Amino acid sequence: MKVILRQPRREIEVEGVSKVADLFKQLDLVPESYLVIRDGELLTIDMPVGPDDVIELRPVISGGSP
Amino acid sequence: MKCKVCRDRAVIQVRRHNANFCAPHFVDHIHRQVEKTIHHYRMFRPSDRLVLGVSGGKDSLALWDILTELGYRVDGVYLHLGIGEYSSDSLRFTQEFAESRGLDLKIVDLPTDVGFSIPQAAAATARTACSACGLSKRYILNQVAAEGGYDVLVMGHNLDDEAATLFGNVLQWNPEYLARQAPVLPADDGGLIRKVKPLIRVAERETAAYAVIRGIEYEVEECPMAAGNTINRYKEWLNALEEQSPGLKANFLFGFLDRGQPAFASHRGSVELAACAECGQPTTGEVCAFCRLRRQTLVKISSRAAS
Repeated sequence: MKVILRQPRREIEVEGVSKVADLFKQLDLVPESYLVIRDGELLTIDMPVGPDDVIELRPVISGGSP
Repeated sequence: MKCKVCRDRAVIQVRRHNANFCAPHFVDHIHRQVEKTIHHYRMFRPSDRLVLGVSGGKDSLALWDILTELGYRVDGVYLHLGIGEYSSDSLRFTQEFAESRGLDLKIVDLPTDVGFSIPQAAAATARTACSACGLSKRYILNQVAAEGGYDVLVMGHNLDDEAATLFGNVLQWNPEYLARQAPVLPADDGGLIRKVKPLIRVAERETAAYAVIRGIEYEVEECPMAAGNTINRYKEWLNALEEQSPGLKANFLFGFLDRGQPAFASHRGSVELAACAECGQPTTGEVCAFCRLRRQTLVKISSRAAS
């Protein structure tokens, strides 16, 4: 599947993933720091994903000195 | 996962509340959290004139939407920092949001109205870009609020911002900062406008989710000047802990505000504020930190132009 990463924006191909949770494991990312978006909709960690999906992993951490 | 309210498919899991929500019930949940915060800390009354500091990021635009949905009339103030494409994109998101909802937006352009950008201030002084930006925002937003006759300056600091700031102040054991960190900073006779943070019960991930659900376009890319800054690193560490112990960030912050902070009350002190000799805004010294930053930066810019 195609995975869109941000900060900066880039795309990678990921294989062998059947659930959102697998995606975090494979990329070694902390779910608390990201939203998972497919076709403009948020996905929870248990949702199935397929090889034809385009998934955005959007980081939620922002801001410098508050 | 199913929504805890209606059993439809959930779009977000809020582990510290042991709850999953569908989109409409998540929006209700966030509205309730913010309303509860406003009442609990007596942040403002419906008759108060409110102005919100907006940056074009998820927190301030989500908060503008939430407060408007809750029935408050809130104007916005945007500070253009002069950070290239990042600033022009942020401004565009802010303007589009305000126009689509018919909200009043005031824009202060730091390079045009004051004479320097944040990158120029960081290059000309000993301050980091984040420090120069924080100082400029505090100064300009207070000035706009005071001159506009507003009662309250509303800020979009979320749970993660406050927990990360607290974490930094604890690592340094900075008693004065620990004494002052609060959801409400009262007005001061010297000219400081009352400042409030209605998002402190809402995690950063939740303000981002709220923005996506509500169709709010915001600046997702990080400020190029803030890359790798300390506060963001603290946020990553706290999120790694939160992953193992849901609720840790909220316990850390609200445990401190309820039980820890009273121990630092004696450090709050009674700082005498006087009018800055140059601009008249409140300061503890003769000339305020912003006027010193401006003077130093403008001198450097003009000496570079001359050479």
